[in-house]
Amino acid sequence: MSEAEANGNGAVPSPRGGTGEVIDVRRGMFGAKEGGDTSGYGGLVRTVRLPGASGRPYGGWFDEVADELEGALEEQGLVPEEVIEKTVVDRGEITFHIARDHLPVTARVLRDDPALRFEMCTGVSGVHFPGDSGRELHAVYHLRSITHNRLIRLEVSVPDGDPHIPSIVSVYPANDWHEREAYDFFGIVFDGHPALTRIMMPDDWQGFPQRKDYPLGGIPVEYKGAQIPAPDQRRSYS
Amino acid sequence: MSTSHASPHATDPTASQASARETTEGTVYTVTGGDWDEIATAAARGDDEKIIVNMGPQHPSTHGVLRLILEIDGETVTEARCGIGYLHTGIEKNLEYRTWTQGTTFVTRMDYLTPFFNETAYCLAVERLLGIEDQVPDRASVIRVMMMELNRISSHLVAIATGGMELGATTVMIYGFRDRELVLDLFELITGLRMNHAYIRPGGLAQDLPAGAVDQVREFVKKMRKNLPEYDKLCTGNPVFKARLQDVGYLDLAGCMALGATGPILRSTGLPHDLRKAQPYCGYETYDFDVPTDTTCDSYGRFLIRLEEMRQSLRIVEQCLDRLEPGPVMVGDKKIAWPAQLALGPDGLGNSLDHIRNIMGTSMEALIHHFKLVTEGFRVPPGQAYAAVESAKGELGVHVVSDGGTRPFRVHFRDPSFTNLQSMAAMCEGGQVADVIVAVASIDPVMGGVDR
Repeated sequence: MSEAEANGNGAVPSPRGGTGEVIDVRRGMFGAKEGGDTSGYGGLVRTVRLPGASGRPYGGWFDEVADELEGALEEQGLVPEEVIEKTVVDRGEITFHIARDHLPVTARVLRDDPALRFEMCTGVSGVHFPGDSGRELHAVYHLRSITHNRLIRLEVSVPDGDPHIPSIVSVYPANDWHEREAYDFFGIVFDGHPALTRIMMPDDWQGFPQRKDYPLGGIPVEYKGAQIPAPDQRRSYS
Repeated sequence: MSTSHASPHATDPTASQASARETTEGTVYTVTGGDWDEIATAAARGDDEKIIVNMGPQHPSTHGVLRLILEIDGETVTEARCGIGYLHTGIEKNLEYRTWTQGTTFVTRMDYLTPFFNETAYCLAVERLLGIEDQVPDRASVIRVMMMELNRISSHLVAIATGGMELGATTVMIYGFRDRELVLDLFELITGLRMNHAYIRPGGLAQDLPAGAVDQVREFVKKMRKNLPEYDKLCTGNPVFKARLQDVGYLDLAGCMALGATGPILRSTGLPHDLRKAQPYCGYETYDFDVPTDTTCDSYGRFLIRLEEMRQSLRIVEQCLDRLEPGPVMVGDKKIAWPAQLALGPDGLGNSLDHIRNIMGTSMEALIHHFKLVTEGFRVPPGQAYAAVESAKGELGVHVVSDGGTRPFRVHFRDPSFTNLQSMAAMCEGGQVADVIVAVASIDPVMGGVDR
């Protein structure tokens, strides 16, 4: 283990709590990865860590919501530990990582339980972590409770090879277009969606443009034999 | 320049309808309207009278490139669907290849009628990731609030103006755009640009208010107070206007909740939900203003709410002017504060000559610092954040993910227009074709925000 890896994030401010979930390990800088690099950057190693699971107490109303959610799940005959993979409290926001099979029932109790009452879903945002093997695609939902004036986040992770998540359109009809958008851009298949078609890109488009590995075309400008690389091929700070 | 249609022959199907003439570029056909009698008889011969009409994406009353797919039976809309995506520009993807500060130049172009809301929401999310929410100077927050409220006025003016125009009331349109121009003049004075400002930056503002701005804003508030009653006189009591808007575009509270509709649509059901009151940001809890509601659930209620919100915005703008204290408009952390010392020169807005003289002439460190911040940018600790503001159209949410790099890993905008537009079907189905236009106007979608 190199020194940069040992101390967390190298020169980057480490996430609060010191530890976290490793989602990627970056090597080199400016695209210099192998030998032949005389800049000295080729040896850089940076471990990318997202904030990890938090322990109780979460603080404020977070504990109340977590208790109520666990209680409501038990009422449904579920084991909370199997439904909620982990809970992350970071920067004053609480995130419940939900096992994908249990997402619809979780969403339903969050909406219907009077002590929870998250009436509104503000849609789903896809995130692609190519380095987080087995959990490459994340679907992030933000639920707002007007009754209790609260906001929580649900996160569901699925592998690239099996990008299926149950749809929650039957619970939150507002997610109709949002799930179509996440499918269009990330290829996350929301099972049970009434009409999962592309929404922004043309119907016959190939590929999912907001995945990190989607090739960006760029413009093949030639200047005295030099090619202008696409934005994702250009030198950048890793 | 020869194409296949340049050589017409006897069986050309267009020959019966289009007159042709020869030019140097080839044959040019003049196509006039089709034979509507033929279409009408063909439709009458059909088993049912259902017709599918595509309204848009190039239709003046569909607010930009919105495509409405209407299944109509006589004059009644039986099914309505939206086709969107015609203005998709991949802004969210583009943000991933620019620094955090450059992001504001992209997000300001999303919903181009509410640029300051986009910028503020994005900057609040980035500031939360950086953990510098409390360090943003008061003066910056006050100016942010002032710009957002001025922006709310200009956005509502466009909503009312275009809504009026689509009804045929072009005077409303002229009035609305006349007053919006006053707001845009203020924006130009303060930010240098009428639209696409990139004025609000992570950590504060690009620059302080220019000399004379406070007086000009006060002048505007005075003028606007005089102009606002004109909309009342012109529309509020107007029987034709009321007949077109009342009970049209009906969506009750349960519908709003299910479909995620926010903003004036939600408040027209009587629920006073406003993020400025519920989850205050930028110090909104210290301002004195009311949240107007209505219980009609229809387009007319939304119109009245927009009108009243403009009055409330004027109140907030006045309070902002009163509490403007001299001070910095950017966080003190030199690792984050972009050294945007801008000045208006003869060739437009750019770095001020004093600043250039300083970094180029006297301080090597300042030059290095400037260079590093502009080319590399600052790093943001890994994690995710969600910030939401009450834009003129509803809840504008931003989900930002950082991987610890100098560029955003992922930025997602929950644009209120996008979510609100979903309720179009619920508002329009079962109504008249003409009412579709009124209902869509009352949603006030901006395709730049819907498609991003």
